[in-house]
Amino acid sequence: MNASLDLVLQHPGIWRGDRLAQTGDATTLPTGFAELDEQLPGGGWARGALTEILVEREGIGELRLLLPALAKLSAQSEWQAWVAPPHVPYAPALSVAGVNLKQLLVAQPRTAADAWWTVEQTLRSGACSAVLAWLSKPDERRMRRLQLAAESGRAWGVLFRSASAAQERSTASLRLRLEATANGLAVHILKRRGGYVSKPVMVNLHQTNGVRRARPSAPSLSVVQFPREAVRS
Amino acid sequence: MFWLAIHFSSLPLEIFSRGGAAPEPIAVIEKQGNRSCVKACNAAASAGGVRPGMQGSSAQALVGNLIVRGRDMAAEQESLAGLAAWAGGFTPDVSLQPPDGLLIEIGSCLRLHRGFNNLISKMRNGLNEMGYTSSLACAPTPHAAWLMALAGKEVAIRESGKLEKVLGELPVRVLDQSRDTLASLEMVGALTLGECMRFPRAGMARRFGQNLLDELDRALGRLPEAREFFVPPPGFERRLELPSQVHEVEALLFAARRLLLELEGYLGLCQAGAQEFELVCCHEDVPDTVLKVGFAQPARDLNRMLLLLRETLGRTRLSAPVHTIMLNASRIQAMELSNLDMFQVSAETGDGNLLLERLRIRLGKEAVFNITPAADHRPELAWRKCDAGEEVRSPSKLQRPLWLLPKPLPCHKDRLELKSGPERIESGWWDGMDAVRDYYVAQGRNGSRLWVFRDRTSGAWFVHGLFA
Repeated sequence: MNASLDLVLQHPGIWRGDRLAQTGDATTLPTGFAELDEQLPGGGWARGALTEILVEREGIGELRLLLPALAKLSAQSEWQAWVAPPHVPYAPALSVAGVNLKQLLVAQPRTAADAWWTVEQTLRSGACSAVLAWLSKPDERRMRRLQLAAESGRAWGVLFRSASAAQERSTASLRLRLEATANGLAVHILKRRGGYVSKPVMVNLHQTNGVRRARPSAPSLSVVQFPREAVRS
Repeated sequence: MFWLAIHFSSLPLEIFSRGGAAPEPIAVIEKQGNRSCVKACNAAASAGGVRPGMQGSSAQALVGNLIVRGRDMAAEQESLAGLAAWAGGFTPDVSLQPPDGLLIEIGSCLRLHRGFNNLISKMRNGLNEMGYTSSLACAPTPHAAWLMALAGKEVAIRESGKLEKVLGELPVRVLDQSRDTLASLEMVGALTLGECMRFPRAGMARRFGQNLLDELDRALGRLPEAREFFVPPPGFERRLELPSQVHEVEALLFAARRLLLELEGYLGLCQAGAQEFELVCCHEDVPDTVLKVGFAQPARDLNRMLLLLRETLGRTRLSAPVHTIMLNASRIQAMELSNLDMFQVSAETGDGNLLLERLRIRLGKEAVFNITPAADHRPELAWRKCDAGEEVRSPSKLQRPLWLLPKPLPCHKDRLELKSGPERIESGWWDGMDAVRDYYVAQGRNGSRLWVFRDRTSGAWFVHGLFA
């Protein structure tokens, strides 16, 4: 092969279509799910880039998929921000899952424009290593700005969108569509830096320590275990 | 001891002119008897022919758009105190030399500021940025340094031995003596301090009083001089009159920056940071506009204060032009200092507090928060918003969803498949928010995992959370 072409291929921003892109060291975060890591460039969530997560319905495990990585960031005492969450991020559950609440910033902007601004600022600041955002009215220009902000702040930006956005173009470097399965998620990789994947990745959410089960003998006054039959009646 | 003297030769003028960026012709007049004379004027005014000593009315006739201000001694003293506070950011040993000078002991802080040249250039930059012209001189005794600064001789003398030679060249007018004494000194032909020092001491004392000899001895270090050091006032409050009324944000920021520099020095002197400060913009006929800038943690850094002030100003509508600004900082807290990094390795991560403050300015204080578990069994009360840095409780290890719906949604039980439960929560009968519920984890038809409960008083089912 041509020597100068070889040189070009060593650039981290350039990859061959049949291989996964190589990322520089320490720019990815392991997802905590080995089967998913295998399919992602660099073996995990990319820092300094946008990740889009498209969900059919909320509540199927979209946050549990991210929790191992978020808990890992917390352990490294890095800040994270949640912008415009659709519901109340429930502090007791997050805390149990290993997220350091002291370093979790929640922003609830009033208008869509403010929300976009907030995401861009948090990504760009370099102070937050992960930014989770639920945004409305996306357009290509705004998305490109976010991608650039994530690059300059070396932050992992996660945008949650509805599955209907799968047909739209996006500047995000990684796009995943999630589908609920019996014991976890089917992750369809719509876009990644590397070749196309036709088969979804099956992720078993119950295996990880994403959400710890309550201990059956939890000594708490408010909990009284009733026999199941008594309830059904 | 190594003293630095700073003489502000144009202080009467600069307290009025330094608030504006553009050089407009401005003159300060002082009443002498029943006529008013020009005390000082800036370059723009003297280009039009205005000279110090001229009558106020003739100055106004020469330059049509001349801004004339009466001399304000009280404001000069306030400015001097402000300058002393600013200088306190370098060393706490600052002494006032009224009406227009400062004496600073810098021998003990040279190493902190990485050498003499570094310190002097930092000071010069600061003074320029605040809009003051000054002459600086250094000597082993405070009075010698002051005399040299007064004469405009910008030198630094380290050894006392050289003092006599350098001081000898200064004119006698710099001495702090009565006008008569100075006149008679000139009459006997003593035009410089060196010539004074050559006179026999006994005759000098008889003719001009012990006072003159004492002053020379103090300058040469033969007599001790006790100086009182500046004690910072408990709060920071400074006002700056603008040379002309302004409406533009940039012009206001320019003036505010000059006061913020003083605030920074003041905070350095107090070893403290400001929790918040307010900028009051005074208008002619309408009530003043008050801008409040708050910090997540006590702050001292000028650029940070300026950045937040800029964003606050950008979001404020000024109802009328501003003629005076005031900067107040009353909430001041002691600040822990961090050690300087020996190898200058700056952290790569950004400033979380700065981000928080910027978000709060745009989104409002209540829209940006942290969350913490709270001590209550009712799920909707088991969390609350809190401020950054607040201590976070560790929760009980019960199974809880990641999303909580702010208001429980009614649902049909037959569409749900109960997976685990119940967990009975019965609490709150004492405060009117009674919760008598059995909680279950349920599987929705579309694959979502829900946290549902049955209200035991009504028997109705509700969704309260999502295991997202």
